[in-house]
Amino acid sequence: MLEKVLTGPRTFYLWLLFLVCVIAGCGLVYLQQLQQGLSITGMSRDVSWGLYISQFTYFVGVAASAVMLVLPAYFHHYKKFKRMIIFGEFMAIAAVCMCSLFILVDLGQPQRMLNVMLHPTPNSVMFYDMMVLIGYLTLNAIIGWVTLEAERLDVEPPKWIKPLIYLSIIWAFSIHTVTAFLYAGIPGRHYWLTAIMAARFLSSAFCSGPAILLLLVFIVRRLTGFDPGRDAVKTLTTIITYAMCVNVFFYLLEIFTAFYSGIPGHQHPIAFLFGAHAGHLAWVSNWMWCAVIMALGSLVILIPPAWRNGPLLPLALIMLVVASWIDKGLGLLIGGFTPNMFEGITDYAPTCMEIAVALGVYAIGALVLSLLWKIALGVKREAGHFGD
Amino acid sequence: MYNAKAVIVGAVIFAALFSSPFWLNVGKADYKRPDVVLPKNEKECVEPVEYMRAEHMALLNQWRDQALRNEKRVYVSSTGKEWTISLQNTCLKCHNDYANFCEKCHIANSVYPYCWTCHITPEGKK
Amino acid sequence: MNKSRRSFLKVAGLSAFALSSGVAALSSTAQAAATMPGSSYKVGAAALKARRWAMVIDTRAFKGPEDYQPLIDACHKAHNVPTIEGSNQNIKWFWLDKFDSAFPDDINAYQTAAIKDRMFPLLCNHCTNPPCVRVCPTQATYQMHDGIVAMDYHRCIGCRFCMAGCPYGARSFNFMDPRKHLPKEVPNPTFPTRMIGVVEKCTFCAERLAVGQMPACVAASNGRIIFGDLDDPNSDVRHALAENYSIRRKPNLGTQPGVYYLI
Repeated sequence: MLEKVLTGPRTFYLWLLFLVCVIAGCGLVYLQQLQQGLSITGMSRDVSWGLYISQFTYFVGVAASAVMLVLPAYFHHYKKFKRMIIFGEFMAIAAVCMCSLFILVDLGQPQRMLNVMLHPTPNSVMFYDMMVLIGYLTLNAIIGWVTLEAERLDVEPPKWIKPLIYLSIIWAFSIHTVTAFLYAGIPGRHYWLTAIMAARFLSSAFCSGPAILLLLVFIVRRLTGFDPGRDAVKTLTTIITYAMCVNVFFYLLEIFTAFYSGIPGHQHPIAFLFGAHAGHLAWVSNWMWCAVIMALGSLVILIPPAWRNGPLLPLALIMLVVASWIDKGLGLLIGGFTPNMFEGITDYAPTCMEIAVALGVYAIGALVLSLLWKIALGVKREAGHFGD
Repeated sequence: MYNAKAVIVGAVIFAALFSSPFWLNVGKADYKRPDVVLPKNEKECVEPVEYMRAEHMALLNQWRDQALRNEKRVYVSSTGKEWTISLQNTCLKCHNDYANFCEKCHIANSVYPYCWTCHITPEGKK
Repeated sequence: MNKSRRSFLKVAGLSAFALSSGVAALSSTAQAAATMPGSSYKVGAAALKARRWAMVIDTRAFKGPEDYQPLIDACHKAHNVPTIEGSNQNIKWFWLDKFDSAFPDDINAYQTAAIKDRMFPLLCNHCTNPPCVRVCPTQATYQMHDGIVAMDYHRCIGCRFCMAGCPYGARSFNFMDPRKHLPKEVPNPTFPTRMIGVVEKCTFCAERLAVGQMPACVAASNGRIIFGDLDDPNSDVRHALAENYSIRRKPNLGTQPGVYYLI
């Protein structure tokens, strides 16, 4: 099936060329980071994780979100998702690649990375995180490839793939739960020390991941004419709406516990994030308020069925993705580290070089996604599964 | 065979790349064991010279783990002599000519250990 | 792809796997052979021993920050700790902070001025339940049988999970090459420096205890810091704790810090 990437319109190859150029440019910045260490980032002794780890966290969610297509299709035999599943699985592969790379660029000594396997440490959540991510990557690669090949040959997928698919559904929940445990098990970081962290992660993943998928599928529809199916889009949008409601609800639960209990340690990070901590207004506060507005805005469009399925849907999805990204890709890390262990405030803002390295990883993810989706689209077109 | 031309060209390029170290080194001088400068006043290392030559890196790894993790900072050699475990303060006390001992052999064998990014060489330079 | 070629590839793949695992098994036996027969390891005769090392700092006996300066200097000189001015990417093993920062859970607006204005020395607490050790994915940081939480800089991958995990901000990451911020002749040529990209912290001077010396800060404190075995009811630290009111940093987190403050 690999030959599918060899035939395509010029614009596709120009896109790939663009991505390769971005990757090369950002790769040079990463080389600089290898030379000068993480001193080129905005991280510090007090805010020791930053943009890299927060992007890692966000994209674990994107990877896990493939399950929102797989679960209805295989547990509830919702046939209408079948045409789109492969795109979810391939997006998960690209997302897991990005996660691994975000961890890699965050390491101070990346050449010693394999120490995690050389000295396996069952008491470290990071050890399990590595295992579940590798497992999820393998599962999705096998499942995606085998089912796509079956589709190409116009036969039923082999029977042995079914147990793997069921396993991958449970596995998807596990990867994001384990990622939440990275944070939720740490004493003394009040913003993270909450039992609802894994549930929050899952709910935000299950709204933002499918939203990203839908937006990308809309672009693909515009470019190639591939139609995911009206009902499939409708159902997925409903899932996104529920997940976003739950996501916002869970965040409000955090706010209730922090402010009704009145415990300062629980209040401070939230107050800091929203610009109400001891008169200190950080740049991230503006972003957090934007996230609030966009989250509510997306819900206003998504909740009424008529609006949800109308032309405003892409706007709602974009607002949802941006809001969830600010919450999880910025606020989560900054709120966890500020106020710091001494109840002081050390500001963190990513540097340009840090952002460039992150963009490079994004470009690699886009490259993997483009190639995989090209294959999937080629097979769909050949098999006549391009629309109704 | 499908695409015979591409396959043959590919195979030739692969073979050329694969054997390139051989071609690149044809006509160069043979490998000579580097003349390392041994300590002048000491005749005896912690273990016999053959063992040290072949296994010093493994021994250093064991020393590190025993000293740092088990608090066992004394090595009793096979002859029964006791040595304080320390690369910097035991090994380098006798082997104090870094350039003509460690480095010479490491370069000749194309190994670049990064011991010296932390451990301080006898010249006192960092 | 026809059937025979596919099965050939399968067999080839399996054989390659079998061969490589055979090589791996061989190399692990080679590792074992690297130990010289008849050699062994032991604890040095002069080494100080304890079941649980702990520190008691009499903050009443220190007049002000200048009283702590010799201790900080002794520590940072003994371990070649670089001074990185004006950056919050700096390295700290032993440093000072106000009461409100050191004990942020002890919220009291009407605390006595003596305590409010006093500077408190901060260092790694060598916890009984260290979160840093729990989270480290490579066992680069670990707890020794005598309670010291130690670091193996050779193994650290620089993931900084331990820094997120430590509730005391006791860990520093080498954002840059530390040697750039040390003089050409390092303060202590018998001790290594660190390298870029690894995490470091106070080690309770394990290397000094091993040769029968007290930790550098204790030695420089003229008896105002007491160091000893917490498990020994007759030790100096136990006497000091029995006779004085002491507090520890963030005890409610259950980490059981090994550094006590007399206030």
